[in-house]
Amino acid sequence: MRCEKSFSVEGGNFAAAGNVSSAIKGILKEIGLPKDTVRRAAIVCYESEINIVSYAKKGQIVLQADNRSVQIEAMDEGSGIADIEQAMKEGYSTASAQVREMGFGAGMGLSNMKRYSDDFFISSEVGVGTYVKMVVVNLDLKLNPDHPQWVETYT
Amino acid sequence: MTLNDVKGILDAEILVGEDQLGKEVKTAFSADLMSDVLAFAKPESLLLTGLTNPQVVRTADILDISAIIMVRGKRPSEETMKLAEQLKIPILSTKYILFETSGRLHRSGIVGCIEKVGSD
Repeated sequence: MRCEKSFSVEGGNFAAAGNVSSAIKGILKEIGLPKDTVRRAAIVCYESEINIVSYAKKGQIVLQADNRSVQIEAMDEGSGIADIEQAMKEGYSTASAQVREMGFGAGMGLSNMKRYSDDFFISSEVGVGTYVKMVVVNLDLKLNPDHPQWVETYT
Repeated sequence: MTLNDVKGILDAEILVGEDQLGKEVKTAFSADLMSDVLAFAKPESLLLTGLTNPQVVRTADILDISAIIMVRGKRPSEETMKLAEQLKIPILSTKYILFETSGRLHRSGIVGCIEKVGSD
C-alpha cells in the first residue's frame, strides 16, 4: 500500500496543533508499518506541525509513505530561520510565551526532528519560509532479508 | 503494576479511562516540557506532568504513552478531557507534587524510561 497526501496547517491555531500528525499516524498504522517506524514518523511530523503553528502564517505537510519508508515534507510561509546551525542546537529558541505555555519552544524541535529521522534536510529564507524534508525508514524490513516482503521490495 | 495500583499509590482520581485501570505499567517520565517528553520518553510509559493543555494529550498519543498523571492537584481543561476521551488516553490527577509523585512510584518499582540522557 502506498499513500500520498497533502495537509494544510494554519499558523497560530494552537488548538488544532497536532491534528495533522494524529491523522498521519493513523494512515501509517493502516499501511501496516512497524510501531517504531510509525512512532518516529509521528514525532518528526508533530514537531514540524508545532513549528508551522508557532512561526508561520500557513504551511503544508506532505506525506509519502509505503511499506519501505515514510517521507514527510513540511513547508511554510513564515518568518524563516536566520541561522540554521544555531537553530539546530538543543536549547536555542525564539519561541513566544504562548508557545512556551503549551510546553514547547524549549529549543528541542529541530534537533528532535533530526534525532528521529534517518534522513533530514532543511532550507530556509528569512521572511519567506522554511522547508524541511524527513525520511523515516522501516528498519524491520530493510535490515531483515528473511522478511516475507523483502524480496519483492528490494530486488 | 497496573494503573489501578498507581491510582492507589498516588491517592489519585481517575478522570479519563476508568475502563483502562487494568493496564500494566513499568516505566515513567516526568517533565513539564513537551519537547523533552518527545525527545526522551519511551512507549508504554506513564507521563507525569504539571501541564494541563490539550498538547499534553496530543504528545501522549504521538508517543504511545500509557497514561497521563497530572501532579500538584492540576486538572485538565475541558478541551483536554475531550481529546483524551477521543484518543482513549487515561488521565489521573494527584495532589502530590512532581517530586513526591515520582518518588512514590519509584519506591514501588516503577523506573525511569531512561536513566540518563545519551545512554540509549
